[in-house]
Amino acid sequence: MSLHVDAGQPTRAPMPPSRKRPQPRPGRSFLTWLDLKAAPYLLVSPYYLLFLAFGLFPLAFTLYFSFFDYDLAGTVEWTGLGNYVAMLDDSAFWKAVVNTLAMFVLATVPQILLALLLANALNKRFKFQLFVRLGVLLPLVTSVVAVAVVFTQLYGRDWGLINWILGWFGADPIDWKAQRLPSWIAIATMVDWRWTGYNAIIFLAGMQTIPKDLYEAASIDGASRRRQFWQITVPMLRPTMIFVVLNSTIGGLTLFAEPTTFYNGNVHGGTDSQFQTVSMFIFEQGFREFDYGYASAAAWMLFLLILIGSAINFLLIRRIGGNK
Amino acid sequence: MINNSRRGKLLAVAAVAALALGATACGSDDTGTDTAAGGGSSAAAGPVTITLQTFGGGKNFGYQEAVDKWNAEHKDIQIKYDNLTDQFEQIYWPQMIQWLQSGAGAGDVVGIDEGGMGLAKAHPEWWADLGEFGLQNRKSDFADWKWENGVTADGKLFGLGTDVGGMSLCYRRDLFEKAGLPADRDEVSKLWPTWDDFVAVGKKFQDKVKDTKFVDGTNTLYNVVLVQEAAKNGNVSYFDKDNNLIVDKNPAVKTAYDFAQKISQEGLTAKLRNFTPEWNTGMKKSQFATLGCPSWMLGAVSGDGGAGPDFKGKWDVAAVPGGGGNWGGSWLAVPKQSKHPKEAAQVLDYLTGKDAQVSVFNFAGNMPSNTQAQQDPAVQGAKNEYFNDAPVGDIFAKSAAALQPVFLGVKHAQVKNAVESVVSAIDDGSVPYANGWKKLVDDAVKAAG
Repeated sequence: MSLHVDAGQPTRAPMPPSRKRPQPRPGRSFLTWLDLKAAPYLLVSPYYLLFLAFGLFPLAFTLYFSFFDYDLAGTVEWTGLGNYVAMLDDSAFWKAVVNTLAMFVLATVPQILLALLLANALNKRFKFQLFVRLGVLLPLVTSVVAVAVVFTQLYGRDWGLINWILGWFGADPIDWKAQRLPSWIAIATMVDWRWTGYNAIIFLAGMQTIPKDLYEAASIDGASRRRQFWQITVPMLRPTMIFVVLNSTIGGLTLFAEPTTFYNGNVHGGTDSQFQTVSMFIFEQGFREFDYGYASAAAWMLFLLILIGSAINFLLIRRIGGNK
Repeated sequence: MINNSRRGKLLAVAAVAALALGATACGSDDTGTDTAAGGGSSAAAGPVTITLQTFGGGKNFGYQEAVDKWNAEHKDIQIKYDNLTDQFEQIYWPQMIQWLQSGAGAGDVVGIDEGGMGLAKAHPEWWADLGEFGLQNRKSDFADWKWENGVTADGKLFGLGTDVGGMSLCYRRDLFEKAGLPADRDEVSKLWPTWDDFVAVGKKFQDKVKDTKFVDGTNTLYNVVLVQEAAKNGNVSYFDKDNNLIVDKNPAVKTAYDFAQKISQEGLTAKLRNFTPEWNTGMKKSQFATLGCPSWMLGAVSGDGGAGPDFKGKWDVAAVPGGGGNWGGSWLAVPKQSKHPKEAAQVLDYLTGKDAQVSVFNFAGNMPSNTQAQQDPAVQGAKNEYFNDAPVGDIFAKSAAALQPVFLGVKHAQVKNAVESVVSAIDDGSVPYANGWKKLVDDAVKAAG
């Protein structure tokens, strides 16, 4: 890498003849080296140093400790793969996996569809365009805990707004925190409230890169608006879609704040772990039970889960519009 | 003190002054070996700030008035009263263990519930030695068991008692009248000599009053029955005195669980878990008419987070079915990491002393474990205005005198947390009654392991 910052030097005014040929001062070569070779690395280094300290090191450290029976305020013993073997047989872990996957599907599928439709609507011409487009980002700006607190009240069993409205139709009140499916739905709506607008804006950006003449040609051929959306917009959005889906996969599988706040800050996720996610399971094992080794192993299982989930979604999304 | 819950504001940790002082005057006595002779450490450099960390709902440790008084009188040592959360087992204690283990973060004086004392005793390295600051002379202020629990295995004094729970049953007078039941506390006490009688009264109550359940949920009374039964079974609950898990063998646990299941099956519960926002709302909306009440529960009910001022005079205190019992009670200790152990010990001495404990009792209702405070006329004769002038001094001082301390193991807090989740889960229907007991034992084994 070379920046050639001193390329302008030869154009300077001629030196007085009495002077000797410019002799590099001592240390000059070091400065040049610093300037040309080292500086670029120094300039990009903060990110890598931070990543090393807060990304790579914990990653390796976690892997290391996942092979130990490490009890805070207790013993540290090598167990090899013992933690992983125990986890495969731990119903609480698998329950957390099922909860996480179910909430992920319940949250992400409607979210992506809604975001697409929203983006499509925002892509048309209308008044106060900028204002409305920015408006869909507002939920993202709100603190996640504030969102969760409000939704937790909406989903209250005895005094919640949702049950009150359901009551108009003669439905019995639902105990949103006690039953698995209702709790998943409640949490999925919190996630969607927060992230749908964000994804819509990304889709919108993607849509604006689609050449207009495609739509014009389609219109001339007599394709309806609906047909244009599914046959042109969606396939052309494929790269954007891959980004959004992978992002949602990582976010959805590491879900923590919403379900934790939903149960009053308790990582058990309901009396019977109805909505405990894998992240909450890791936190509970590590910082409630103080079983650091087991929590580390669970963290690596979550990493695997995310890799698998991302791969599946990537393959699925790549097939969008593949029939063309 | 309380077991689970005390709500309070999270105060910001300030203390520029304390930091400056730590760097100058007190830099040398961090280890706490510098005893009384030092003296002048707090003289010139400005006030020392001693952070007091507690937990609990409502009025929690009840120290507000006592702290204000101290701060007004001691310009050189200021107490920063910081109630961290209302949840002991789930939030406060795990966080505290991390701070103690990592050597930073804990306050200068910290509250520990009875459920955490087993672990605290097993880690002498976490605590400053209060004996070095002359607190050995406080032994005569406490019952033997309360004192012994603040001494580590190797004989170091690290904690002094604050309150004891005792036991009573709180009830809503106005709702009892509405149900055609007697409202007077002596007559109410006569309604339920046993828990079976209590259930029978509950059914009668719910026939008359449709919108209110008789009890809050399964968890509060489960704990009440557990401590009563533990006293009948060798004063042990989840662990025997060698720290072996005996959840499945101790009849006390099974009896308490069966009672919890019974009141749930009979439909007497409002299905609210104690110390949750829903439970607090339940008090404000009159969703339940009775509540198992150790002394510290009075503050949780009367505090703004609980039923609050609107229900003043509508609650009252009666005898608990099945005799006495003790649930909860706390200690204060000084972590070794404190920069000002000497001043912290002074504050701890004051807060567990007679005057502060009398103030706590009058402010929040927590029964002092300090025997001098117990015998003080201001406590003995005290009536609680919020609870319709109930003679709480008499009620709780009696139960404190007859108290049978229950042994709690090193991992008591973890096991209690796991067990209570199951006890609540059978109530909200997420665990079928038929599977409840097996799950309770399984989860307890896991939490202890």
